[in-house]
Amino acid sequence: MSKVKIDINHVSKLANLNLTKEEKEKFEKQLSSVLTYISQLNEIETEGVEPIGHITGMVNVLREDEPRPSLSQEDSLLNASKKQNGFFQVDSIFEE
Amino acid sequence: MKKLKGLTIKEASKLLEAKEISAKELVADYISRAKKLNKNLNSFLTFAENEAIDQAERIDKLRRDNQKLSPLAGIPFAAKDIFSTKGIKTTAGSKVLESYIPVYDATVVGKLFEAGACIVGKTNQDAWAHGSSGENSDFRPTKNPYDTSRVPGGSSSGSAVATAADQVIFATGTDTGGSIRLPAAFCNVVGLKPTYGRVSRYGIIAMASSLDSIGHFTKTVFDNALVLNTTAGLDEMDATTSPLKIDNYTDEIRKSPSGLKVGLPKEYFEGLNKEIKQNITKALNVLERQGVIIENVSLPHTKYGVATYYIIQPSEVSSNLARYDGIRFGYDRDNFGAEAKRRIILGTYTLSSGYYDAYYLKAMKIRRLIRQDFIKAFKKVDVIITPTSASLPFKFEEKTDDPLTMYLSDIYTTNINLAGIPSLNVPCGFIDNLPTGMQIIGPDFSEKLLYRVGHSYEQESRWFERRPNL
Amino acid sequence: MVREETEFVNWEAVIGLEVHIELSTKSKMFCGCSTDYFTAKPNTHTCPVCLGLPGAMPKANKLAIKYTQLIGLALNCKTRTGSKFDRKNYFYPDLAKGFQISQYDLPFSENGHMFITTNGRTKKIGITRAHLEEDTGKLIHTKLNGTRLTLVDFNRSGVPLIEIVTEPDISSSLEAKTYARNLQQVVRYLKVSDADMEKGSMRIEPNVSLRKVTKGQESMVKELPPYKVELKNINSFKFAEKAIEYEIKRQRKILESGKMPKQETRGWNETKQETVSQRSKEEAHDYRYFPEPDLPPFAFEEKYFKSISEEIPELPDEKRKRFTKDYSLAENDARTLTEGVELAKFFEEAAGAYKKDPKIVANWITGEVLRRLNEENKTISDSPLLPASLAELLFLIDKGEITKANGKEILANMIKTGDDPRATVIKLKVTGISDIKLEEIVIQTISRNPKAIEDYKKGKEASLMFLIGQVQRITKGQAKPEKVREFVLRKLSEAD
Repeated sequence: MSKVKIDINHVSKLANLNLTKEEKEKFEKQLSSVLTYISQLNEIETEGVEPIGHITGMVNVLREDEPRPSLSQEDSLLNASKKQNGFFQVDSIFEE
Repeated sequence: MKKLKGLTIKEASKLLEAKEISAKELVADYISRAKKLNKNLNSFLTFAENEAIDQAERIDKLRRDNQKLSPLAGIPFAAKDIFSTKGIKTTAGSKVLESYIPVYDATVVGKLFEAGACIVGKTNQDAWAHGSSGENSDFRPTKNPYDTSRVPGGSSSGSAVATAADQVIFATGTDTGGSIRLPAAFCNVVGLKPTYGRVSRYGIIAMASSLDSIGHFTKTVFDNALVLNTTAGLDEMDATTSPLKIDNYTDEIRKSPSGLKVGLPKEYFEGLNKEIKQNITKALNVLERQGVIIENVSLPHTKYGVATYYIIQPSEVSSNLARYDGIRFGYDRDNFGAEAKRRIILGTYTLSSGYYDAYYLKAMKIRRLIRQDFIKAFKKVDVIITPTSASLPFKFEEKTDDPLTMYLSDIYTTNINLAGIPSLNVPCGFIDNLPTGMQIIGPDFSEKLLYRVGHSYEQESRWFERRPNL
Repeated sequence: MVREETEFVNWEAVIGLEVHIELSTKSKMFCGCSTDYFTAKPNTHTCPVCLGLPGAMPKANKLAIKYTQLIGLALNCKTRTGSKFDRKNYFYPDLAKGFQISQYDLPFSENGHMFITTNGRTKKIGITRAHLEEDTGKLIHTKLNGTRLTLVDFNRSGVPLIEIVTEPDISSSLEAKTYARNLQQVVRYLKVSDADMEKGSMRIEPNVSLRKVTKGQESMVKELPPYKVELKNINSFKFAEKAIEYEIKRQRKILESGKMPKQETRGWNETKQETVSQRSKEEAHDYRYFPEPDLPPFAFEEKYFKSISEEIPELPDEKRKRFTKDYSLAENDARTLTEGVELAKFFEEAAGAYKKDPKIVANWITGEVLRRLNEENKTISDSPLLPASLAELLFLIDKGEITKANGKEILANMIKTGDDPRATVIKLKVTGISDIKLEEIVIQTISRNPKAIEDYKKGKEASLMFLIGQVQRITKGQAKPEKVREFVLRKLSEAD
């Protein structure tokens, strides 16, 4: 089985995770062995096999366009770390 | 006061109905034991004493008014901490949600409350249900009541332990790759992973949405069927629940399994630990005496299960855990534990540009092949029996250094999730005083049949009577 | 300017439009929260689903899907029988779940087109796809005690949003504006959205680049430029036009200096009248699409598409063509009258009641009626004016009971009140002059001017004009000149 390596800097950025140097090194090594294990799937010929899609086989599960009560503003914001006049508050997302 | 320890739902419900005990007495007794044992077992993260007692009092009043009540009315239970409970802290075993209080109940929790069940508390688990040992709990590891130096299995560790240790009479769990069946096997209790879509996932913190199945732990098979009678069914809030009519799962449970064909997939027995194999063989002998016909079957894609699972599951995990940004609830992403971070990284990688076809798409193709294996086998046999675990409950920290070894703990369980079919863990004896389990697997929506086979075996083997020494 | 190629002809703009339109369903795309959020208090139209609370699950709104398919059909798209939702994964504070439920490879509709006409030339604009997704929450950037911070309101989160993407077939700001206006008209005809640019229920994101056209290649299939600039923050058609024009000039300058414009997103700054580069903390784009596991896929039958296509009303293009043909209207009038379905309906009812000449009705509506409505910033549906009343007003003018000048004044009042014209005539005391009264005046005038009659009989045409003038003076111009002439001539012949 061939060794597979993850570009941990790129992937952790995509995943919005701040990893320490130690974490990066450790995960890179551990996940490389997991991916190497996974690469055994290349043995299976899947040409012409339809991906399974939805396991239930159900289709067209829909709801009618009927409004329902919402949560109160208080409940919506109950677990917010920071709030301001009924809004959730975050640090400014625009760089100066 | 009457000794109430060791009751099944059936027994407790009979005592309640006959007014020999009150729900309040029953619940209070379980709460005090649960709290006492928790110091040693770590099976609970949160107790909900007030909620449980309030509900018990309500049930007692209804009973005094001679209302017709569910068999679950007044029964103390626990919910895995991944089930949203309105007003009761729900952490999913993670520091990220250490102080999160849901504003709504999961559908299943609502159904159990409506049936009158009394919530003793929320049980410990591997954070986000990532794990097979309970050691990935961000708070503390749960211990196996049969040997506290060993793991109870995971991820629904606390629920299995709480049921085994008489802290509650039943407990809920989730099974994405074995997270109910494995701890059930390690703790000598009955655990059901129902058909995907049979029980609503709404309000249960998602791990891998296409694999998550919502089940529960009980001491006996009959009890297990009683709980499913309440939790199963179409939920308008979960678009993946089946509209198929639900069975009365206790009905026909006593019917003899005689004439049923049981398949043994050869792939699950090759290279299997001798003692575990022996235990299963003994169990099969019991069933054979009861009239089942044993046949060999083959599930040729078995060996690819864990690899397939470790593409689909982390991919979905990476997306499901994206909402934890610390804005609307919980703490920010730095609070994820190592296992969650690993899976997010793995899943982000397998879905990322240029890799999707090689990983996710390929896995979805193999998933079809794995399901087809089962469908083909079920043309020949009614159910399939395999060991639930290839190993006995292991020591703490035995596998924590190497994620891959840990992942391979689920080698007998993941394929059933990939196939979407139901499987029931039934205790099948001890090796060196450690519990083992076997799983009875059936086609889509065959829970009733699984209960019938499991009940028949259990009533003769009676492993559930062997309680842990605590 | 570098001039190494002698056959260089010009720079040609290559423009594609991405238009987002919020659908006017009552409830959100994947939950029951009301979509009526526009003036609501923040975070009051929210629930576990649209806040992305742990454990919540989506369920798709049937009507929103139907609206998307109707739009697809109206834009000549192929509607898919097999479709699904996918997750588009990215991080942004307005995106509750850390992914947007959208559509990746199987959109509800694709491969359509729309015809647009600019400066008398008609052009086909290809429509790549029309897919359904959910809107995000809204960010408000503000300052508190000197610290910049961002506030989030999730009322808009989960409102059904259709994204319509064109091929890069557009080559001017005018074409872009025309396409966007036509599209707005179509969705309004379908009654699936109010498509209001100012309210943000319609958003236009043009992508603009330039390519060199060389001699002899003007009409050949050309390669796309190696970059494109996406324009955002545009909340009116006018801004879209200005932003594109600015961008074309800006890029041209860069290209002519021998450089290549940067691939980026730029926003329109109305105060500075320029586009500005937008840099935010948004991560690199790798959306990691995969099928939404919480939503089973869709399978539609052709007969379903057939049945919903019967619900599509006559669309603006067809209606305009029919108006020019059936009512012999000028192209411009037909265009104005078909701008909105209500106005078109008003015209048809008024023309039906008036019968005589639809062109007169069209003139009154495109002229006087719209002028008055515009003055008050209203549309025809805001006014109580009835089509039958307009027709009656025109009859009164025809009969000479009122003059055209008075008619306009009466109409202005009718637009406000919805009263019928006769009642309005009485109310405003703007009497016209009745035939009997006019006859009386003519007889009087003739009897008072025997000299003029003699002259007329001698063949002096000017005497006739004198008599008509006298009558007009007495009626204070309230009688129609032709009518006065007719009456005078008749009385003169009777006097023989």
